[in-house]
Amino acid sequence: MGTLSERILHGTAGEYVDRAVDRAYVHDGTGVLTLESWKSMGAKRIQDATHLHVLFDHIVPANNSTTATLQHELREFARSSFLHFSDIGGGICHQVMSEGVVLPGEVVVGADSHSCTLGAFGAFATGVGATDMAAIWMTGETWFRVPESIGIHLSGAFTGASEAKDLALTYVNRLGMDGATYRALEFTGEGTTAIPMDDRLTLCNLAVETGAKAGMFYADDITVQYLAQAGHTVQPQEPEPCRYIQSFDFDLMDIVPVIAVPPRVDTIKPVYDLAGLPLDQVFVGTCTNGRYADLARFARIVKGRKVAIRTIVVPASRAVLQEAIRTGVLDDIVEAGCTIGTPGCGPCLGAHMGVLGEGEVCLSTANRNFKNRMGVGGEIYLSSVATAAASALEGEISVPGGSR
Amino acid sequence: MKGKGRAVCVGADIDTDLVIAGRYLRTKDRSTWVAHVFEDLDPSLAGRMNGAVIVAGKNFGCGSSREQAAIAIREAGVVAVVAPSFARIFFRNAINVGLPLIESDLTCREGTGVSFNLAEGWVEAGGKKSATRPLSPKMQEILASGGLVNYWRTHG
Ligand code: SF4
Repeated sequence: MGTLSERILHGTAGEYVDRAVDRAYVHDGTGVLTLESWKSMGAKRIQDATHLHVLFDHIVPANNSTTATLQHELREFARSSFLHFSDIGGGICHQVMSEGVVLPGEVVVGADSHSCTLGAFGAFATGVGATDMAAIWMTGETWFRVPESIGIHLSGAFTGASEAKDLALTYVNRLGMDGATYRALEFTGEGTTAIPMDDRLTLCNLAVETGAKAGMFYADDITVQYLAQAGHTVQPQEPEPCRYIQSFDFDLMDIVPVIAVPPRVDTIKPVYDLAGLPLDQVFVGTCTNGRYADLARFARIVKGRKVAIRTIVVPASRAVLQEAIRTGVLDDIVEAGCTIGTPGCGPCLGAHMGVLGEGEVCLSTANRNFKNRMGVGGEIYLSSVATAAASALEGEISVPGGSR
Repeated sequence: MKGKGRAVCVGADIDTDLVIAGRYLRTKDRSTWVAHVFEDLDPSLAGRMNGAVIVAGKNFGCGSSREQAAIAIREAGVVAVVAPSFARIFFRNAINVGLPLIESDLTCREGTGVSFNLAEGWVEAGGKKSATRPLSPKMQEILASGGLVNYWRTHG
């Protein structure tokens, strides 16, 4: 009997355990420092690369020669050491790992804070820093403090224009920016049966914005079917009676479209209250909302119309881009006047391809709106895809319609 | 581990973007991070880091996993960071780069002396001693080695 974290980590909440890691990944940003720490530790070669991944997503293609040189070194290392390597254009690390790599019950560690995204599969997935990752490259294991868990109990189904992102921002608001520090979130209840995999990934993605170590769904029929399409046969996980340190209930019927107001993810307002606020840029993408379902939702709203302001759409991965090409979703988006970026993080971290100018305001489907994140002096409001689409058409924050 | 320094007060929920902005990450040159540490919070802070004990509000270091945040603070000469709570990835990173973190509720007075002894579990400021939350034995060992790189150099 235990929480999903306790079952996967084989320990009791509060206990420190050393555990072998099933999947470990870095991106072009954290990988450079990981490689440096790994070398400084005196390591010479990778013993076992079967579970190690390097995925380029943060600044792709490289924006200047400094970045290019750093990426070159890491690329050469990944290839010569036989790490699984996904080069530029492959997509955001969390997304690529969600496309048939991570499986239920695994211990997954990523050198990126949003690694918690992969808890959507019933895996224990969490973020670490570069030096922790270097030690994992060396030993194949790391230490964890088995977290206490918070139950997020869901009932009902979304109505109107509300979507998983609105619930995500709502729960971050309810728990607060540090409400779940050192803890794991477990999403349970009959409401989960109405939430497809893409949306579960969105919900787990924002867990770290409450300080949580992990955000998790139990693997069920939806998980089993999703992974079957990727060629995996997996078993569902049965929830057992367990102890939550805290519990929250959300009826999905009550969730309304909301926006996180800069510079905090946990400060939200109904979209209605902000309607009319002028925007300079809309950005749709990231590991939060750059999946195929998101692009399709966006296209359904903008199809046959024109966006009123510069709108950047970045598919989360090559697979997402290909699916959007195949179904015509991409064409609808381009036709509406949007700009398409290389699959990856795009302007989310303010390094390139959509950086904001002084005093500019962006509505983004990402997960962070910290001060200056997308450019010095720029402001970031966070919303769902439907709100972003409605607002792009008007050039100002707009309430999304009933179409889903 | 023990030490002392001058208090530099910062607020609550200081995220890693405020510690070191994303625009300074694409380099291995640590002096860049030191020069721009806390720039988006208060550009004058970088000049006051040497010998400082940062006394922060809750949830220090939330946000991204960028280890450069912990490295920038340590390399700038900060002796330790005191806060009621830290974001967990930052916590691991700080220990891994040899930057002592002290979980304690301390009222900050700019410039006053702060001293601490982690083994004995106390921190003292303005003549007032408070208890600190103890680190796990493994974390104490990593910290005592000067960080995880040195730890593995000697244990690997
Ligand atoms: S999309 Fe944004 S939040 Fe997600 S991994 Fe990339 S930079 Fe981080």
